[in-house]
Amino acid sequence: MQGKGSAISIQHITKSFGSFKALDDVSLDIAPGEFFSLLGPSGCGKTTLLRIIAGFEEPDQGEVLFDGTSVLRLPPEKRPCNMVFQNFALFPHLSVRGNIAFPLKRKGLGKEEREERVDELIRFVELTGHDNKKPGQLSGGQKQRVAIARALACEPDVLLLDEPLSALDAKLRQSLLVELDEIHDKVGITFIYVTHDQGEALSVSDHMAIFNEGRLLQAGTPYEIYESPSTLFTASFIGEGNIFPCTALSSRWDEEDDEWIITVDVPALGRTLEVTDWGPVEDGRRLYFSIRPEKVRIVAGDVDLGPGCFHGIVDEPVYAGYQSKFYVKTDEGATIRVLKSHTTYLEEGPGIEWKDRVSVIWRPADGYLVKEEWHEET
Amino acid sequence: MRKPRKDKAGIMLAAPMGLWVTLFFAVPLLIIVTYSFLKKGLYGGVEWEPSFDAYRQVLDPDFIAVTLRTLWTSILATLTCLALALPTAYAIARSRHQTLFLFLTIIPFWTSSLIRIYAWINLLSTEGLVNNILLALGIIKEPLHLIYNLFAVILVLVYMYLPFAILPLFTAFDRFDFTLVDAARDLGSSKLGALVRIMLPSVRSGITTALVFTAIPVFGAYTVPLLVGGMGSTMVGNIIVDQVQKTRNWPLASAFSVILTLVSLIGVLTVLRGGRKDKKSKEVRT
Repeated sequence: MQGKGSAISIQHITKSFGSFKALDDVSLDIAPGEFFSLLGPSGCGKTTLLRIIAGFEEPDQGEVLFDGTSVLRLPPEKRPCNMVFQNFALFPHLSVRGNIAFPLKRKGLGKEEREERVDELIRFVELTGHDNKKPGQLSGGQKQRVAIARALACEPDVLLLDEPLSALDAKLRQSLLVELDEIHDKVGITFIYVTHDQGEALSVSDHMAIFNEGRLLQAGTPYEIYESPSTLFTASFIGEGNIFPCTALSSRWDEEDDEWIITVDVPALGRTLEVTDWGPVEDGRRLYFSIRPEKVRIVAGDVDLGPGCFHGIVDEPVYAGYQSKFYVKTDEGATIRVLKSHTTYLEEGPGIEWKDRVSVIWRPADGYLVKEEWHEET
Repeated sequence: MRKPRKDKAGIMLAAPMGLWVTLFFAVPLLIIVTYSFLKKGLYGGVEWEPSFDAYRQVLDPDFIAVTLRTLWTSILATLTCLALALPTAYAIARSRHQTLFLFLTIIPFWTSSLIRIYAWINLLSTEGLVNNILLALGIIKEPLHLIYNLFAVILVLVYMYLPFAILPLFTAFDRFDFTLVDAARDLGSSKLGALVRIMLPSVRSGITTALVFTAIPVFGAYTVPLLVGGMGSTMVGNIIVDQVQKTRNWPLASAFSVILTLVSLIGVLTVLRGGRKDKKSKEVRT
């Protein structure tokens, strides 16, 4: 089982249910063998897109190509992809073996060959000894493995996964996610993974696409999506951010660091700030400035940390074991969220408490601009 | 220590029900069985003398013909009910207006069954609505014989007991997870294959219930064949009434009742045995 996934091309897919537009002109390319996530809140259209790829829904417009060939005319049973359903969708009246053998029987495999393949799959997902159990006798994690084994039985080119971990508890989710990643490495086919959990998507995807209200907002590597979100929705949906409307004042090229430095006016912070970007920004353009909480440095007391330093008091400390979140109220009246990872006492000294005065600062290169225009009411 | 006490509470709670069933079900049944093995009294009633006369009379060719016809009629009516109820229940379960359709299914129960049978007489009789419309449209020249025959009996029986088939089937379809059909298709089944291989086994318990709920009352039907049936569509239920009221042969009436009960029982047990496999997997599921 090695490297035989399909390349998938989604072209201008539009789909409405009555007056509800589930997908609006979505185009997207998925490379063969990659782990691709479709991420977004519920109702954003990601599951509809998956169902269109699987053949359960027909798009109003657009094309779905597998390795350059349209599959839209094929019924679900003829498409070279298989699906792992949200609630596993195991056949309750069939045993583990029966479930895994089901697609092989439909394919017309002989009994001997079929049994051999089922054995192989049961070993592959480590369910040896559970062969004859009915789905109702299995734990959530085991059901999941049966669902995966069943979907992989006919060696599809593409595996579609519809929030496969959402029915499981948090701890199990983590370990199954790692297993899923390993399975992907082993079988080498294309995985299309639908989830609303950004953590899952960020940690396993080669590429991911962010959806909201039926539109594809941004596609890229997890790093690109996290570090330079292109829309306000992506910036606030992925991770946490301190996002403020701002106006670009001037742009200049910094030869030394090979980057553009944009000066922006951020009324909410009561300051003019510098932030780096890939290119110049038109003077006077309205956009958003954002800085991730974990990229803000926080120090106890009123200390001058250099240009761009803010002073304020801790409005609300939230302790979470390995890290703490602080809501810092600056003297200018803005609230800045700061995330601080805890290391050792030796390094950190005494902790920062509620109502303590603190100083915060970040490097211009850590902030980023979200190029979406804001309007007066925001 | 704790467990026996719990059992006692159970017995206490079950006592009223047990008493009710014993008094009004077991005892009358026992009386009927006893009567069937006694001699008939001169003016009704029985003489306390053991006898197999009643069962010997049952084997009369005329009676056997009626019994076989009853069986045949019941099977036909039950299967027709099931054939109509399956798609109907499926459609209701998948509909957005479930409550409305269920309500409509139950509405007939608000009227006495007798009145509804008379309504059918009005519809089907020679000067009835159906014939009048067909005559007026010129589709027929002579009124059709739509009533007082086996056709009318089966038609009205199906009408009467269709809701009893629809409701359990609806419950089964409603509980069914339709993503399983998607899954089956995804795994290579055709649409029809998915319905037969995956949906049908899952709603088997519903089918069993529907069969039992319709077959038993249909098999013991009495008013329907009496009111819309003719000479050639008498059922066992009618014989029993005749034997009690007209011929006054109570042992024979009892013997027929016993046979009716036994046949129903055997039928139900057979159907249930078929459904048991499904029941097991259902237990596992929950």
